[in-house]
Amino acid sequence: MLTHVWIIPLIPALSFVAILAFGKKLPKKGSEIGIASVAICLVLAVTTGIGWINRVNHPPESAHGEAAAATLEGHEAEATAEADHTPADATDQATTEDDHATEATASEDAHATEDAHEASGEAGATEDEGHGTEATSEGDHGEAAAGGEEHAEGEEEHHVTPPVQRNVTWFETGDVTIKAGTLVDGLSALMLVIVTFISLLVHVFSTDYVGGDRRETHYFAFLSLFTAAMLFYVISDNTLQMVVGWELVGLCSFGLIGHWWEEKNNSDAALKAFLTNRVGDIGLLIGVSILYFAAGHSFDVLKLNTMANAGEIRHSLLLIGSLCLITAVMSKSGQFILHTWLPDAMAGPTPVSALIHAATMVVAGIYLVARNYGVFFNGLSIGTANVNALAVVGCVTLLFGAFLAFVQTDIKKVLAYSTVSQLGYMVAALGVGAWTAAIFHLFTHAIFKACLFLGSGSLAHHIHSFDMKKDMGGMRKRMPITHATFVIGTLALMGFPLITAGFWSKDEILAGAHMLGGDGGYKFAVIMGLLGAVCTCAYMTRAYYYVFMGEPRGKSAEHELHENGPRITVPLMILAAGSIVVGYANLPEKVFGIGVPESLSLRFEHFIEPTGVYFPSADNNFSHPEFVPWIALVSALAIIIGAGSAYLWYWKGKGPHGITQRNKLARGGYKVLENKYYLDWLYTDVIVGFIKGPFARATNWFNQNILDGIVNAVGKGARQVGGFVYNRIDQGVVDTVVNASGSGAELTGQGASKFQTGKVQAYAAYLFLGATILAAIFVVVAS
Amino acid sequence: MFLNQFLMLAAALFCIGVYGVIARKNGVMVLMSIELILNAVNINLVAFSTVNGAISGQVFALFVIAVAAAEVGVGLAIVLAIFRNYKTVDLDQVDLMKG
Repeated sequence: MLTHVWIIPLIPALSFVAILAFGKKLPKKGSEIGIASVAICLVLAVTTGIGWINRVNHPPESAHGEAAAATLEGHEAEATAEADHTPADATDQATTEDDHATEATASEDAHATEDAHEASGEAGATEDEGHGTEATSEGDHGEAAAGGEEHAEGEEEHHVTPPVQRNVTWFETGDVTIKAGTLVDGLSALMLVIVTFISLLVHVFSTDYVGGDRRETHYFAFLSLFTAAMLFYVISDNTLQMVVGWELVGLCSFGLIGHWWEEKNNSDAALKAFLTNRVGDIGLLIGVSILYFAAGHSFDVLKLNTMANAGEIRHSLLLIGSLCLITAVMSKSGQFILHTWLPDAMAGPTPVSALIHAATMVVAGIYLVARNYGVFFNGLSIGTANVNALAVVGCVTLLFGAFLAFVQTDIKKVLAYSTVSQLGYMVAALGVGAWTAAIFHLFTHAIFKACLFLGSGSLAHHIHSFDMKKDMGGMRKRMPITHATFVIGTLALMGFPLITAGFWSKDEILAGAHMLGGDGGYKFAVIMGLLGAVCTCAYMTRAYYYVFMGEPRGKSAEHELHENGPRITVPLMILAAGSIVVGYANLPEKVFGIGVPESLSLRFEHFIEPTGVYFPSADNNFSHPEFVPWIALVSALAIIIGAGSAYLWYWKGKGPHGITQRNKLARGGYKVLENKYYLDWLYTDVIVGFIKGPFARATNWFNQNILDGIVNAVGKGARQVGGFVYNRIDQGVVDTVVNASGSGAELTGQGASKFQTGKVQAYAAYLFLGATILAAIFVVVAS
Repeated sequence: MFLNQFLMLAAALFCIGVYGVIARKNGVMVLMSIELILNAVNINLVAFSTVNGAISGQVFALFVIAVAAAEVGVGLAIVLAIFRNYKTVDLDQVDLMKG
């Protein structure tokens, strides 16, 4: 399965075509095709995941498999790429250790390597007796040493598991070959599972939620296309293919946000999402182009990152390339200041919000960074710095996004800003070097945020309103399952200590911010992360209060509300269970001094984090954080502060209520938040307004008076010249010549037609006459 | 050798042939006149070949006879076609190409 992952995106792509072709004729309007295809994909994705776990547990050939891969498996280009870039002096380190390699495979491998190199007359491999593993001599270009070197300095228990890369030539132009292919490692296998899992639940949820909708078939077709695009994106082995997948998910997002396009708001939101993403896409295209040239005319991510890690690309190029890509991340992953589309995207159907705008598409940006981490890590000097662009963007987003969630009355918007904020955490985690923490948070967040979004959809299914203040309240008793799952999701989002998934992942990010980086770590990230945690707890408590407590208001009071059917509640329950369980996927080695058994701790890091030279290693100052008790305690305290103050404010009515009316400063702050930092105003009124207003008028004036003047003058001149040419030259000279030749031809023709009698014998006579004359001339001349 | 006599004979035949081609109205007669011209040429070829002792002239004559046979076949077919359409083989009547 690892080499055939291309099947996985193909299935939903076919399903997309099939749904469009005959979805309308089917009894369930095509949803059955979508569900079946995504279910198959889930099975295949899980198979891929298991395949990958087996590969990590039993690395191919040996622990030093990359050397073998280079010689034995030609299509695994990673190893060959690496062979070119490993300094030869690293050979010694290869001999130092690796207790995990079984002797048999190790010696086999040594022979394989030996065989391969004997032919070229280089010294073969020898065996290092003490460890029973192969060692390589100097002539090996350090190929085999690559694994060993990584190994010797990195995590002791980590084997190097080469990723599975498979590609074919896409097209060639000149001497540049562009390849298309798949790349499977822990990261892409994880993404495959997340995307298909959430997608399947969302499909099931949608059959109830959009059942009977006027464009149900269209909806399911787009869900399939989206799933296909996202799967295509995560298995790409080169950045060019990633751009294609990136744009495809953007397109599907556009189509689904504007699903109910009859309302202007919805189509506006769709346009806004699309256009805002275009801004970032410019960065993406420039960044990809820069990195293409930086990597020596190759889009291959493995080659690119290997070169970046080996320091073979100039630092300035990496820096500019990664800054450009950050722009792309800011738009796609909703980072401050390009996040404005994400809350508006809530205009789409709720399951779409869950799938696209919380769990999968918006993490495309995170994935972009994670996939090309060698570039970012080295380009931004993440390992040694105390501050960098990625961390700043993430921290600002996580805090400012959280502030905005306070003033929203629409529950989906609260969740949307919470998504913005959580994506900020992930970007910040990547920014401080906590790669595993970021991906772990991506994983847990996908599950609990999908749970929350689907929960909000369940709440609004009957009342068709998301307004917490006007139309909800007292939902606790009337929708018990939704309530229970929502509470679990909320606790996971807050990071309730020890039992929820959010705690483990968020804590790891904060620990990473504290421990990683240069001297002193990323202090600002720790502080902002903790503040963000306080805010998260407070606004979620506020949302909980409005939705579930008190008496029903507005539409929920008018409707006879009851719990939804199983197609809505079962996905909720699965996700709620997931919100708790998945946290244990990456337990730290020690929790408050209590050791966690090795088979349970850091499983996520063990299986998901790439090993090998395409990922930053200790040489690049990459390291892993550990559990930090005081941070865990402080983040627990943050929950108490956040949730407690919200409790006091809403339940007990304590605190300075009405301060926004009394205090100028507070009112100002509230207004700024209510207007979303005036970013929309800045974009639409200032930037677009300037372009539409004064700028457009100035351009128009310039156009009318200067450009048109020039154009008119040129036109007039041309007309006069044209008139002269027409009257004198064309009419006078050319026409005369043409007419003369015409009438000449006519006269000649008339004369010649006399000879055209139609009588064969006359022609024969002319022929003989001519021959006779020629013969006469010949005789005269010859004599 | 009597080369002159052969040449005179050939010239006489050639002139008769030319006269026939130009003056006769019957299409079949015109074809026969063409044969005369060709045979006049043949006589010349064979005569020169004998005088010069080069066999190629005689070979050429054989070729001309073969080609003439083919040409007569085509020519008679054309005459037949003309007869079917015009009910005559008078070439003066066949002047569709008159300009």
